[in-house]
Amino acid sequence: MNEMVVTKTRNLSRQDGRDKAEQYVSIIIENQIFGVPVLQVHDVLGPQRITRIPLAPPEVAGSLNLRGRIVTAIDVRLRLGLPSRKEGETSMSVVVEHHNEFYSLMVDSVGEVLMLKESEFERSPATLEHRWREVSNGIYRLDTQLVVVLDVTRLLQFGRFEAA
Amino acid sequence: MDDLLSEFLTETNENLSVLDSELIKLEQNPNDPELLGNIFRLVHTIKGTCGFLGLPRLEKVAHASENVLGEIRSGNLLVDQQAVTLILESLDCIKSILLTLEKTEAEPEGDDSSLIQRLNDLAQKRASAPTPAAMVAAPAKSAPSIKDAEAAAVAAAQAEIDRLLADDFPSPPPAAPAAPPAAVAPPVSQAPVSQAPVSPPQVTQPPAAVVAPAPSPAPQDDFPPMAAASPQPHSPEPIEVEGPAAAGHNQHMVGQAFGVGDDSGHGALGEHGGESSAHAAQSIRVSVELLENLMTMVSELVLTRNQLLQIVRRNKESEFAVPLQRLSQVTSELQEGVMKTRMQPVGNAWAKLPRLIRDLSLELNKKIELQMLGAETELDRQVLEYIKDPLTHMVRNSADHGIEPPDVRVAIGKPEMGRITLNAFHEGGHILIEISDDGKGLDIAKIRQKIVQSGLALDTEVQMMSDQHVMQYIFRAGFSTASRVTAVSGRGVGMDVVRTNIEKIGGTIEMSSRFGRGSTFTIKIPLTLAIVSALIVESCGERFAVPQISVVELVRAASQSEHKIERIHGTPVLRLRERLLPLVSLEKVLRLDREVHHAREESFIIVAQVGTYNFGIMVDRVFDTEEIVVKPVSPILRHLSIFSGNTILGDGSVIMILDPNGVASSTGEVMSNDQQISDQSQAREIQSGDRTTLLIFRAGGATPKAVPLSLVARLEEIDNTTVEHSNSRPMVQYRGRLMPLIMLDSEKILPNEGRTPVLVFSDESRSMGLVVDEIVDIIEDVVEVELLTDRPGLMGSAIIAGHATDVIDAGYYLIQAYGDWFGNRNSSRMTIGNYTKKVLLVDDSPFFRNLLTPLLSVAGFEVTAVESPKAALQIAEKGFDFDIIVSDIEMPVMNGFEFARVLRNHPRWSKTPLIALSAHTAPEDMERGRESGFNDYVPKFDRDALVRTLNETLMQRV
Repeated sequence: MNEMVVTKTRNLSRQDGRDKAEQYVSIIIENQIFGVPVLQVHDVLGPQRITRIPLAPPEVAGSLNLRGRIVTAIDVRLRLGLPSRKEGETSMSVVVEHHNEFYSLMVDSVGEVLMLKESEFERSPATLEHRWREVSNGIYRLDTQLVVVLDVTRLLQFGRFEAA
Repeated sequence: MDDLLSEFLTETNENLSVLDSELIKLEQNPNDPELLGNIFRLVHTIKGTCGFLGLPRLEKVAHASENVLGEIRSGNLLVDQQAVTLILESLDCIKSILLTLEKTEAEPEGDDSSLIQRLNDLAQKRASAPTPAAMVAAPAKSAPSIKDAEAAAVAAAQAEIDRLLADDFPSPPPAAPAAPPAAVAPPVSQAPVSQAPVSPPQVTQPPAAVVAPAPSPAPQDDFPPMAAASPQPHSPEPIEVEGPAAAGHNQHMVGQAFGVGDDSGHGALGEHGGESSAHAAQSIRVSVELLENLMTMVSELVLTRNQLLQIVRRNKESEFAVPLQRLSQVTSELQEGVMKTRMQPVGNAWAKLPRLIRDLSLELNKKIELQMLGAETELDRQVLEYIKDPLTHMVRNSADHGIEPPDVRVAIGKPEMGRITLNAFHEGGHILIEISDDGKGLDIAKIRQKIVQSGLALDTEVQMMSDQHVMQYIFRAGFSTASRVTAVSGRGVGMDVVRTNIEKIGGTIEMSSRFGRGSTFTIKIPLTLAIVSALIVESCGERFAVPQISVVELVRAASQSEHKIERIHGTPVLRLRERLLPLVSLEKVLRLDREVHHAREESFIIVAQVGTYNFGIMVDRVFDTEEIVVKPVSPILRHLSIFSGNTILGDGSVIMILDPNGVASSTGEVMSNDQQISDQSQAREIQSGDRTTLLIFRAGGATPKAVPLSLVARLEEIDNTTVEHSNSRPMVQYRGRLMPLIMLDSEKILPNEGRTPVLVFSDESRSMGLVVDEIVDIIEDVVEVELLTDRPGLMGSAIIAGHATDVIDAGYYLIQAYGDWFGNRNSSRMTIGNYTKKVLLVDDSPFFRNLLTPLLSVAGFEVTAVESPKAALQIAEKGFDFDIIVSDIEMPVMNGFEFARVLRNHPRWSKTPLIALSAHTAPEDMERGRESGFNDYVPKFDRDALVRTLNETLMQRV
């Protein structure tokens, strides 16, 4: 178990350096802080006009026009098995790139960029709900909060419809 | 990479592919001097350029093959297969070197001496011939070295010229000649160093001529180096090639220099040089990347134009309107123009195929002819790029797997020469490419075997599959039917890649094959992947784009208008020009939710065409048409076949593009004559397998009643006045006999007047009339009878055409009419050998068991009905015997085909005749039935055929 944690951490850091810190854009859903690696984030958007896509999986909120590029919006709440946003509640989005495609992750709000130290990293507890474990790389222990690291690749694989 | 080198690579590759096909033409027309001249020139150019760039290995090979060609041209050598093969081989060698050159920018290490030796041997072959050999041999032998020298020297001179033209620095030119040639010249090949002295007199002249015009303007321009360098061509020393020279121009110059520099006897060569230069002036080489960028920009321009147009449309009086109109027009023209630059004839993708076929036919000892039709059909180069490899692969497959060896072909009465035909043509916004061969076709049985062997499906499943479905397996990865792996194919890589590639560009591939006759693959691909014009429609407040190309017309339908939507059991249809058009509601197909549920006053119908199938898509509103740039949907949405892409509209919003094909197939009713991927057709087949034609009528009570139409002999209307009574039962005279009438509704009393509809049931000698109130309809439907009834005369209830319907038990009424209807009657027809024939009926559907039992009983058989082959086999275990077995084909667990095979190996029942009963009666199905061991095959709903077949089969046994 311990060993596995170590390997995982190494994978994350990749480069040398004892206690390397990584930067994460923090996003908040239902008062939980999540982190998305800052290098993967292209944009942070306010509420957008979204075109619904009939027959798409429920997690796909629709698509939107981001400066001439079509971006697929994913409702992260639904992806995490949370109830959908109540009417009137605004949302924000972080746009990430995955295999040359842009995806807009709709979340409740977007916070600041966090510097998270490797020494604070830990694997997700085995008791975490399956859906959550599936899309998270691990957890950073901050003094006051826990930050769940989102794995964009896995977040974009739902069911058999892989974002290959 | 060095510009010069990359230019050389492109040019040479192009020349090589021209050479391939030219050589094959030459093989067929060995006496065409023009062709030969052209080939010679091309090889010569390659050789010259190699020397020029300092690629000794390439140059030597090219040189040796040029020698052979030279001999051919001078008539000393005959064009034969051997010569062509050898030259082709040397071209291949050149190609492989080029490949490495492209990657590493250096010639690979390697030794081509054996190839060169063979080429030289061939070139000198006639030396061994007795006649003028000795005389010609000497020049022939010396020719290479002279040419070598020429080439090198010319190249050197040429290099100098180019350098002069290209170089702005005054200092290097004087420096270069001063240096010893050996040190400066390494890339120019070793040959010139030793041989240069032989050639100077010939060489100095032409380059000077070429350069001649240059020095004169030089002084005027600030081009001092030019003047300074002009004497240099006199120097025989080769000079290092440096600096990029103007591409194309360069090549052209080389060609010309050679044209002049070559021995004067071949004026033709010079002409060719001139020709190519004229050509060069008319076309330029542009990188694909540049075109792509241009295309993207034009696409964006189109979008912006659309946006502007929309804005102006809102302000009618805008002063921008007129200039915008102009802009719009120019944009359209620009778009069209750029599109054209991307179009290439499909023949470009075929260029390599004649060579391929030639090589294959030699290798496989087959005689194959390749016919190419519609090579001029143009399509987007991006699309072309994608289909190139699949096409090559399929042609190769046809040659290897399809075409039989000549002796086999002759033996089966086919022409010795096999034929592969490529045919490209436009059809409805798509390009269709057919690859067909007249070879042996697909061996379905073998494929089935192979499917089972490779564990892709169980034997039982495979037997259930239709031939179409089985054929689809050749598109699976790792699937090859070639039992032996040849160098050509049989490794099982390919057809899956072919399909993937084609599907990647939104195309489809279909195949049809007839065993012994050949196979045809049909590739359907979109014309272009870029801009399409689309109709914007709205349904439930959401907008969608429908590609204009599949829209046939628009119809406005309102309750008061000429066109109104009518419904049959909730299914909307539209009368359009004396035809019923099936309608699909976009709202339903896309499962959109309408916020306010009120009946729409009017709606619009987009009449769309998919293949040969026309249908209407119901939408709420129709807007403009817009030019849209189709962008692929995100990978996570690719499974939605109903959308072909998405785009951004003029107003900046994202919109999904509907794929009419997907809409059609999502409604389940894909046209029957379209061989869609067989999974669909398979599903449909199974469905239709359970369809029954029912006669719907009313008799006593509001509930409609139904009886399988196959049981009813005729529908009659009798005149009530003709009804007589005998033994207090109503009868009529019918066809010279008395026919008892049975009241289905026993309460009913026949009125004395008027006419009454009657269903006539009959067998050979007797008829019975069932009196009903009204005949409603004849419906073909999937019937699921719930057999929960204790009411006599009813088989059960079913939902037919949306209504609960009582299905009557015809047998019950038959017995009412004739107590012995099912009894053992001594008709010689039914009892052969003095006892009643026993029939075992195997069918999983209780409905059919109940249907067929009376039917067969009527025909005089003793019927035992079981619900599964398993139950039948259990009966066999118990020691019962039957005279004949009738079995359904589609059954769960064990189907009819498997059942037949089991029976054929059964200790006791192996000789019992077996008749298949199936809804599928295509000749292939029947053939398959026979192969599995059925004696005969009868359509499921043809009762006469069944009885006849039973009797015939039994007669044969007696």
